[in-house]
Amino acid sequence: MSEMVNVYLMGKQYQVPSDLTIMKAMEYAGYQLVRGCGCRNGFCGACATIYRIKGQQQLNACLACQTKVENDMYVATLPFFPLVKQVYDINKVSPTQQIMMQLYPEIYSCIGCNACTKSCTQGLNVMQYIAYAQRGDFEKCAEESFDCVMCGVCSARCPAGISHPQVALLARRINGKYLAPKSQHLADRVQEIRNGDFKELIEGLMNKPLDEIKELYNTREIEQ
Amino acid sequence: MYTEEMLASMKKVEAARERNTDLEPRRMTAEEKETLLATYHPDYKQGEFAVLQVGPNKGEKVPTELAALLQGKSRVADLTVDLTHPAYDVDVLVIGGGGAGASAAIEAHNAGANVMVVTKLRMGDANTMMAEGGIQAADKPNDSPAQHFLDAYGGGHFAAKKELLYKLVTEAPEAILWLNELGVEFDKAPDGTMITTHGGGTSRKRMHAAKDYSGAEIMRTLRDEVLNLQIPVVDFTAAIELVLDDKGHAAGAVLQNMETGEILVAKAKTVIIATGGAGRLHYQGFPTSNHYGATADGLVLGYRAGAKLLYADTLQYHPTGAAYPQQIFGALVTEKVRSLGAKLINAEGEAFMHPLETRDVSAASIIRECGDRGKGVKTPEGVGVWLDTPMIERKNGAGTIEKRIPAMLRMFGKYGIDIRKEPILVYPTLHYQNGGLDIDTDGQSGVENLFVAGEAVGGIHDRNRLMGNSLLDIIVFGRNAGQHAAAKAKQVTVGRLSLDHVQAFAAACRQAGIESDVVSPKLLPNYARKAR
Repeated sequence: MSEMVNVYLMGKQYQVPSDLTIMKAMEYAGYQLVRGCGCRNGFCGACATIYRIKGQQQLNACLACQTKVENDMYVATLPFFPLVKQVYDINKVSPTQQIMMQLYPEIYSCIGCNACTKSCTQGLNVMQYIAYAQRGDFEKCAEESFDCVMCGVCSARCPAGISHPQVALLARRINGKYLAPKSQHLADRVQEIRNGDFKELIEGLMNKPLDEIKELYNTREIEQ
Repeated sequence: MYTEEMLASMKKVEAARERNTDLEPRRMTAEEKETLLATYHPDYKQGEFAVLQVGPNKGEKVPTELAALLQGKSRVADLTVDLTHPAYDVDVLVIGGGGAGASAAIEAHNAGANVMVVTKLRMGDANTMMAEGGIQAADKPNDSPAQHFLDAYGGGHFAAKKELLYKLVTEAPEAILWLNELGVEFDKAPDGTMITTHGGGTSRKRMHAAKDYSGAEIMRTLRDEVLNLQIPVVDFTAAIELVLDDKGHAAGAVLQNMETGEILVAKAKTVIIATGGAGRLHYQGFPTSNHYGATADGLVLGYRAGAKLLYADTLQYHPTGAAYPQQIFGALVTEKVRSLGAKLINAEGEAFMHPLETRDVSAASIIRECGDRGKGVKTPEGVGVWLDTPMIERKNGAGTIEKRIPAMLRMFGKYGIDIRKEPILVYPTLHYQNGGLDIDTDGQSGVENLFVAGEAVGGIHDRNRLMGNSLLDIIVFGRNAGQHAAAKAKQVTVGRLSLDHVQAFAAACRQAGIESDVVSPKLLPNYARKAR
C-alpha cells in the first residue's frame, strides 16, 4: 500500500493513495463519474482539470486521467467548456486567410499573453498555432496543433475569448482536404474498384473450397 | 521509475538489443498457432462462459458477464413509460456517438433523412477516439482487395461472413478517400503517396495512419461534420430499451438522461445501434484499453428485441496493453510500435516470437511466456514482457518516435519513461468485441428496421480482428447503415409503439428460472470505491 496524501476535490478534503491519478482518486473518494470522464487514456479531453498546490501561486491545468495526485492538491474539474464552434460547409470554404477572418475573427484580438500555451494539457505551443492561423498558414497550424484533444483549458484561460481547439480543427480539415498532396494511387484504386476490375479476382478467391483458401493463406508471401 | 528487478532484466534486453534488432524471428506454423490459442487464449477458458437460457441465441455460450446482462433486469421493468407522446419523432435514430454513429448520421442526413443522434456521454466519447495505429485499405499497386480479404479471412480463422468481409475490403479505398475529402489528415510522402506499414497478420503494408492519433483525427473530423450539418445530438442520454411497433419492427427507443434520470421516448422509422464494445465489462478480470462507456449496451437492447448475436463468445485481447506503471495499467500501446520495428522480448532478453503475428496469437504467446515459461517481468499489478521501443530508432533513425508515435512518447513520458531510450512493459488488455449483432449486407439485423454498425456488429472479423480493420469497419458499415436506414425510412409507416417485447423477454427469463437483480444495460462501470 502506498502512502496517503491529502487532496481537496472541489475544495473538500480526502485522503487518497499517492500513486493514483486524479481521476482514480476521485473514484477512490467515492465519486461515480458521469461527467468529466471519457477515454481514461488521454485522447478525448473529457477530463480537463485545474489544480493548485497549497501555498503555491501557480495555477496548473491537466487531464485528470493522465496526472498523479500530489499532497495538498486543490482540484477543480472542468467537465464542459463553452467553446465557440462555427458552422461551415467544408466543400465551400477556400484555403485562404479570409476564412479565418470570417469564421474566427477573434484570433486577431490575441494579446500575446501566452496563457493558452502555458495551460495546454498536451504541452502544445498553442499561441504559435494561433499565430499560424492568423497568417493563413494552415499547414503549420495543423502540424503544431495536431495532438490537441480539445479539452478547452486554453480557451478557459484566454482573455481574448478565442476557441483555440476549433480554430485548429478548421485548419486541419482545410489542410487535409485542400493543401496536403493528393494521393493518386488512392484515387486510381477507387476508380479501378468502381470499374469492377477486382471483382473476378476476389470472387474467385471467395468461392474456392476452404482447404484451398487455407493453403493460400498459410503460404502467402509477406511483403518485407 | 523502474524497480531494481526490472532494471536488472532491462540490462539483458539492452545487451541483446543489437542482435535482436537485426533478427527476423520465425513465424509460427498454422498448427503451432492452433495449439497455442487452445492452451493460452482467454476465449478458450471454458469456465468463463455461460450458456444463454433465453432469447435468439438460447443454448449458445457467451462470456459470463455478458450473459448476466443479456438476461438481466430491464431498466424499464419498474417504470410506466408513456409511449403515446414521444419527445422526439425522427426518420432515423442513431444510438451512439462514436465513429460508426457519426458516419451513419452523416450519410443518413445526406440521403435526406431527418436524423438524430443520442449518446450517453458526449459526441465522440468512443473507442474510435482512442484508436491509435491506423486504418487498412488495399490502395497500393502491389496490393488488392483480394489480398486484403485473404489476410482478414485467414487472420479471423476462416469463418467470417464472406459477403460482409467482401464489402469491407472492396469499399476500403473509397472509405479512405471519403475521410480525406472530409479533411482527415493522413501521413503522406511529399508526392502524396500514403505512408503505410504492416499490422499483425497483414501480407502487404496497407496501414494508413495519422501519427498515432489515427482514430482521434477521424473522430474529431466526423464530429465536426455532424455539427456542421446541424444534425441534432442529444448527449448525456442513454438508450435503455428499444421500442418496437405492433408489427414487431424497430420504432424508436426509451431514453434516459444520465444526470437527471428523466425518461424520454424517441420514435423513429428506423433505428441504428452504434453503441460500440464491451471492454468495461472486464471479462475474466482483464484491464481494458476501452472507453469508459464500453459496456455492450447495444447488444442487450438488440437481443431483447429479438436480434441474433454472432460470435459473441470471441473477444480480442490486445497483446500490448501497458503493464507498468500502474497509472496507465491496461492502456493501449499501439501495434504501430511493432509495425515500426519494436520487438517483444522476455525477461531474459530473448525475442521469443515474431512481433507481427495476429493479435490473438500474440496475446496468447505473451500469456504463455509470462505463465508456464516463467519468463515474464514482475510488476506491482502482475507481470509483463518487454516491448523494446529503442529498436525503432535504431532501425528508422532518430526522431522517428516523436514523429510517428507522439502519443506513446507522451503517455510514458508523463511517468518518467523515455521510450526512445528505455523499453516498456506490456501485457494483453481487453480491447475489442469481435462478435456482436448479426447483420445482412444492408446493415440490418434480424429485427426489421433495426440496423447495426461498428463494434456492436458481429461476423465481419470472425473470431479475431486484424489491426486497422475496425477503424475501417466503422466507416464502411457506418456509412452503409446510414444510407440504408435512410432509404428504408422512406417506406416505413410506424404502427402503435410497444414495449411488450421487454415484458415477454422478462417472462421467458422467469420461466427459465432466472430471477436476476442485475440491471441492464449497464451504461457505465462502477469504479466508485465502496467506502459507504
